[in-house]
Amino acid sequence: MKYDMLLLRFGELTLKGRNRNRFENTVLKHVKSVLRPFPAATIEKEYGRLYIVLNGEDSNAMIKELKKVFGLYSVSPVIVCPSELDAIVETSTSFLKQMPLKEGTTFKVSARRVWKKFPHSSHEMNHLVGSPLLNEFEQLKISMKDPELDLRIEIRETGTYIFCEVIPAVGGFPRGSNGKAMLLLSGGIDSPVAGYSAMRRGLEVEAVHFYSYPFTSRKAKEKVMELAKVLSGYAGRIKIHLVPFTEIQTSFTTVGQDNLIITLMRRSMLRIATMLAEREGALAIVTGDSLGQVASQTLPSMNVIGRATDLPLLRPLVTMDKNEIMDIAKEIGTYDLSILPYEDCCTLFVPKSPTTNPNLHVVERIEASLENLPAMLEDAVRRTESVVLTPRSVIETDREEETIQEDWF
Amino acid sequence: MVYWDHAASTPPYDEVVQTMAEVMKKHYGNPSSIHRMGEDAAKLLKRAREVCAASLGVKPSEIVWTSGATEGNNMAIKGAAMQYAGRGKHIVTTSIEHPSVYDSCLALERRGYEVTYLPVDDKGRVEPAQVASAVRKDTILVSIMHVNNETGAVQPLEDIGRAVKESNPLTVFHIDGVQGFGKLPVRLEAWKADLYTLSAHKIRGPKGTGILYKRDGVNLHPLFTGGKQESGMRAGTENIPGIVAMSKAMRMAGEQTETFMTQVGAMRDELMAWIRTQPSLELNSYEEGAPHIVNMSFPGMKAEVLLHSLEEHGALVSTKSACSSKTAEPSKVLLAMGRGADAASSAVRISMGLTNTHEELQQLIRALSDAVNRLQPLRQEGMK
Repeated sequence: MKYDMLLLRFGELTLKGRNRNRFENTVLKHVKSVLRPFPAATIEKEYGRLYIVLNGEDSNAMIKELKKVFGLYSVSPVIVCPSELDAIVETSTSFLKQMPLKEGTTFKVSARRVWKKFPHSSHEMNHLVGSPLLNEFEQLKISMKDPELDLRIEIRETGTYIFCEVIPAVGGFPRGSNGKAMLLLSGGIDSPVAGYSAMRRGLEVEAVHFYSYPFTSRKAKEKVMELAKVLSGYAGRIKIHLVPFTEIQTSFTTVGQDNLIITLMRRSMLRIATMLAEREGALAIVTGDSLGQVASQTLPSMNVIGRATDLPLLRPLVTMDKNEIMDIAKEIGTYDLSILPYEDCCTLFVPKSPTTNPNLHVVERIEASLENLPAMLEDAVRRTESVVLTPRSVIETDREEETIQEDWF
Repeated sequence: MVYWDHAASTPPYDEVVQTMAEVMKKHYGNPSSIHRMGEDAAKLLKRAREVCAASLGVKPSEIVWTSGATEGNNMAIKGAAMQYAGRGKHIVTTSIEHPSVYDSCLALERRGYEVTYLPVDDKGRVEPAQVASAVRKDTILVSIMHVNNETGAVQPLEDIGRAVKESNPLTVFHIDGVQGFGKLPVRLEAWKADLYTLSAHKIRGPKGTGILYKRDGVNLHPLFTGGKQESGMRAGTENIPGIVAMSKAMRMAGEQTETFMTQVGAMRDELMAWIRTQPSLELNSYEEGAPHIVNMSFPGMKAEVLLHSLEEHGALVSTKSACSSKTAEPSKVLLAMGRGADAASSAVRISMGLTNTHEELQQLIRALSDAVNRLQPLRQEGMK
């Protein structure tokens, strides 16, 4: 069907009193950026809603992009007709002709007279439009309570909007509207999903990745940057901090407590992330932890590891099952990258039986025995490379060009 | 010398030779190595796969590298037969397939598979209705070529594909596409192809490389085991220079298809028109066929004699297909089309490409005319 407009609804942010304006403007900016490929479309703002006038642009392609906009709750494709009774009945009829109606589809008309000079009241309009439709479509069954098809008619001075579909969008809060957090981004399936979930809830996220060259390959680092690039598609841009972790990691292999290596590593990662958070003005750390998934994500491990930072640790996936996380990863486009088989530092030096129940005192004693540890942490932060990625960033440009000579293909 | 044997092999594009040499010299790393040179080789391989996939309008994951059409056809037929033996052991093919298909089917027959060889009409075409009735519940594979290598006959693949899938949606449909790509439009989706074989040296690429298109969802039992190359489908270090050069040839040949059809098709029409004026020659190719192959018989005269006298005039042609031309038997393809033994033993194939010119064609016609006039009186009735 050829639609004239899209109606976009904001969600729970309309509850947020004084902040509403700021939130709505953020969403508006985000909508504008995803509409860049549709130059003919124009945007109109109204209380609690946005309208996109399509001007001939493809509504399906646009809805696909709008589903990435945080803070948008739903989208309805709208047909516009003149605010006259005959035109409204006629347009409603042709609207319904295109819907997949079955025998006994329950139905109602919900008219709303916004323009009070229109001669018929909302209540009258429900009948004036509803009865000719019931005559025309015998398969329809009227139902006031929770009908399958709710034909909405909004009568305004400039024209009447007719729609019935309400396509759910991604929801959440406008991007960046709830402050900034650091995301521990490994190459796995979970952490990008955690990052996405945090972003959806209005957090601005900066990614922190630890690499242990030469124990991990450059490909592992490239892969993480590709993942961050996918996330930047939702955020517009994302900053990623690449932290050299080799020295710290190898120093833990010398203490003779192999089953605690992961615990010690995770604590150091949190300390570095905390230092970076202070530098960047972030107020929390987001991780992909999911309760019980691996040894470092048992409750005792989370307890001992989490004590390494004073910042709130946000764990969006903590109660989710692996298959739920994988479904989101596929949906947001990180899954295929995550399963590329490059080893990252979290899988290095993994002991045969990592502890699921670390002892805080033992861990603290080991850390105290490593005199150089604080200096190494600071050194790692100093040597951290920070890169800003956007959806258009090219990772490893120079080498790609060197390898692939276009005239060979 | 003028080369009129493009169905046997083709002169590589200059760009292909250059690419091959440059890549061979610079990128000798093994794509399975995890150091920088290995990564670079793997990147070339990835790009080549994307280029080849785009030429066929398929996904990169659906391209399997091979050493050429013989391997591709063996991989498709034996691989599918072994993979799906649990569903049945019946295979349908035609009586005019290339030996790499035909002999693979014979080999499977010796291992307990049942093969139906469908007949063709006098123009060398398979009737889709016969495919429909040949496909049974236990038919695991149908293998049919796009363009016949001896006569240029084109199979109605869209109707055949429909017939296969309507008769048995589980039957795997393999197309030997070696003589069709770059010469005629290729529409794998419309043909409902599950497997499609290509060879690079038939499209002005290097020898020793080819492609098997394997639709996502179709599984084949691998013929080669060893390393995990091609997701375990085909062990063995990839032929990087050959593959990159092939991707270039595929792109160029694919883009030139329309030019090929008009320009080469016009030469073929002219040659066929002249052959029709010769009472002692019989045409085995038709207008509906591929634009680059003309097959004719000179009954009463062994094919080799005509071939050698054309060579004296500087024209290189073929008897039957190059793969079977060293055997003295009559052409199976022509016999299947209902030609007599005489015609089937005296057939010559002239196959052309965009490198042939109109002047060369005039020379060829003069040479043919001369040879036919000279050999005419020496013909033997009922020659075997």
